[in-house]
Amino acid sequence: MVEGQQYEDPGRPKVEAESVDFWYGPTQALFDVSMSVPARRVTALIGPSGCGKSTFLRTLNRMNDVIEGTRLAGRILIDGEDVYRAGTNVVALRKRVGMVFQKSNPFPKTIFENVAYGPRIHGTRNRAELIEIVEQSLIRAALWEEVKDRLDASAMGLSGGQQQRLCIARALAVDPEIILMDEPASALDPRSTARIEDLIDQLRVDYTIIIVTHNMQQAARVSDFTAFFFEGRLIEFGPTKQLFTTPTVKQTEDYITGRFG
Amino acid sequence: MARSGSAGSFGPTGRLPGEIGRAGFPSLWKMFAIGGSTWKDKAAAVLLRAVASTSILIVLLIFLFLGKEAAPLAAGPGIKSLLAERWVPVSFQQVRFGLLPLVTGSLLVTLLATLFTIPFGICAAVYVAELAKPWERELLKPFIEILAGIPSVVIGFFGLVVLAPLVKDLFGLSSGLTALTGALLLALMAIPTVISISEDAIRSVPESYKSASLALGASRLQTLWKVTVPAALSGIIAAIMLGMGRVIGETMAVLMVTGNAAVVTASPLASVRTMTATIAAEMGEVPFGSDHYRALFWVGIVLLVATFGLNMVAQRVLKKHQER
Ligand SMILES: Nc1ncnc2c1ncn2[C@@H]1O[C@H](COP(=O)(O)OP(=O)(O)OP(=O)(O)O)[C@@H](O)[C@H]1O
Ligand SMILES: [Mg+2]
Repeated sequence: MVEGQQYEDPGRPKVEAESVDFWYGPTQALFDVSMSVPARRVTALIGPSGCGKSTFLRTLNRMNDVIEGTRLAGRILIDGEDVYRAGTNVVALRKRVGMVFQKSNPFPKTIFENVAYGPRIHGTRNRAELIEIVEQSLIRAALWEEVKDRLDASAMGLSGGQQQRLCIARALAVDPEIILMDEPASALDPRSTARIEDLIDQLRVDYTIIIVTHNMQQAARVSDFTAFFFEGRLIEFGPTKQLFTTPTVKQTEDYITGRFG
Repeated sequence: MARSGSAGSFGPTGRLPGEIGRAGFPSLWKMFAIGGSTWKDKAAAVLLRAVASTSILIVLLIFLFLGKEAAPLAAGPGIKSLLAERWVPVSFQQVRFGLLPLVTGSLLVTLLATLFTIPFGICAAVYVAELAKPWERELLKPFIEILAGIPSVVIGFFGLVVLAPLVKDLFGLSSGLTALTGALLLALMAIPTVISISEDAIRSVPESYKSASLALGASRLQTLWKVTVPAALSGIIAAIMLGMGRVIGETMAVLMVTGNAAVVTASPLASVRTMTATIAAEMGEVPFGSDHYRALFWVGIVLLVATFGLNMVAQRVLKKHQER
């Protein structure tokens, strides 16, 4: 969180959830979640394990569609458009809403091919253009200096932290507007974690970032807004500073002070 | 009778290089490193070594035996006679032992069969592994395994009765016994193996690769061809190599449907004769110790070396791919 920053009205929310219920087969994982995520801000999702943070995150780029037997009620709006409306182009949606996973998952390809994968999928064929995109994405992901001399080496040879930044570069390469991160640093050592947090801090200017984290300090450090989930419900949502200093709900207070979860 | 016995024991040689590859020298090295403290451990270790060494010994003996039977040809018509362009082992005028038509015959049939096997095997494996509904998979898998287990003679009958007439009518030929017919049959035999092994490889690709691709906006098909299949490639190559091993070593089916004309040709619609079929067909009747007999052993050596080479290339390719 940026000390003393003013939360002026950021205009139309980038992402809006309206009474979202979500089911995995017969079990309901989200209950009546409504939330407005402001544009070009970092929003953290916190809450105890199994409370539905990842589930909620995946509703935003429809990655839950891949799981058999899932169902959603309510609406998810991005720039005011319902992404679950019949006829929505999921490919275009996922191009706008990038995702970074908990466990870094580079493809078993070269560093270059990892970053170029997205643009290629979306139709960029021109080699010079690809090279430019790869370089820019790696620079933005703060990885360029470390890998510029070995773009043709396998991505599997990078360290865990580098792999995660590569995954961020890969997501940036398709030029998304929103980036979803599901515990992006939970498998990393403190130094790599710090680098990822620095990176998020740089990216907040251009992207709307939603990050799931189990680490209270991390949420406090990187986010402008925080949402606290509990048992599939959104309990409290507000500016991070306010939520951490003067939570209005008892459960939030118990959680952030470490009394459960 | 003893001679037809030797013909029978020839069949499996086509497979042996594969076993050499698996029980190769590194494992030989490891074998001798087995240590034991108690008397019983030592006895068990010795026994294990003996059993394991036997397979290597057998391979070496086969090489030795082939060489011993083949070598005396040098004293008769000479090794150079193997380079002649025709294979006429029995003749009132002049016998010829040119291996070329047999080698090209094997090559043609094998290449054609591989050409059919690769796309079909991979596509089917991709379908079974990734696209089929669970009940479809339940239905297909046992069926594929049964297909892999059908004896080649039975498949040969199928080729003779169904496939050969089909090829004949389709291309307006006078005979349906062609390289193409043989290749189709061999593909039929290799495909189930390729499917099973490739499918395992494809299914073992981590879910996280697929998620990453989908999250970037790739469709399911793009994810399949650009991420899943490349990630499973080493397994798929292994599957293809195993399939090719079966194709090269296969004897009965090609003997039945390729027409057995020892001519040098590149036409799929011509009759050809493969190395394996030649050995199987002629070994039973050849006079022991004759030039013809020796020449047949040369065919065996060429076959063995070819499969050996294939195996080495396969290992090389696999290793290279795994290093990436
Ligand atoms: N693929 C799935 N199939 C069925 N149920 C699932 C699936 N994924 C999650 N769930 C269930 O949905 C609920 C919410 O899970 P979710 O993964 O969203 O929690 P989370 O807040 O991300 O937890 P964590 O902090 O442990 O990652 C849990 O009860 C979980 O068991
Ligand atoms: Mg989670």
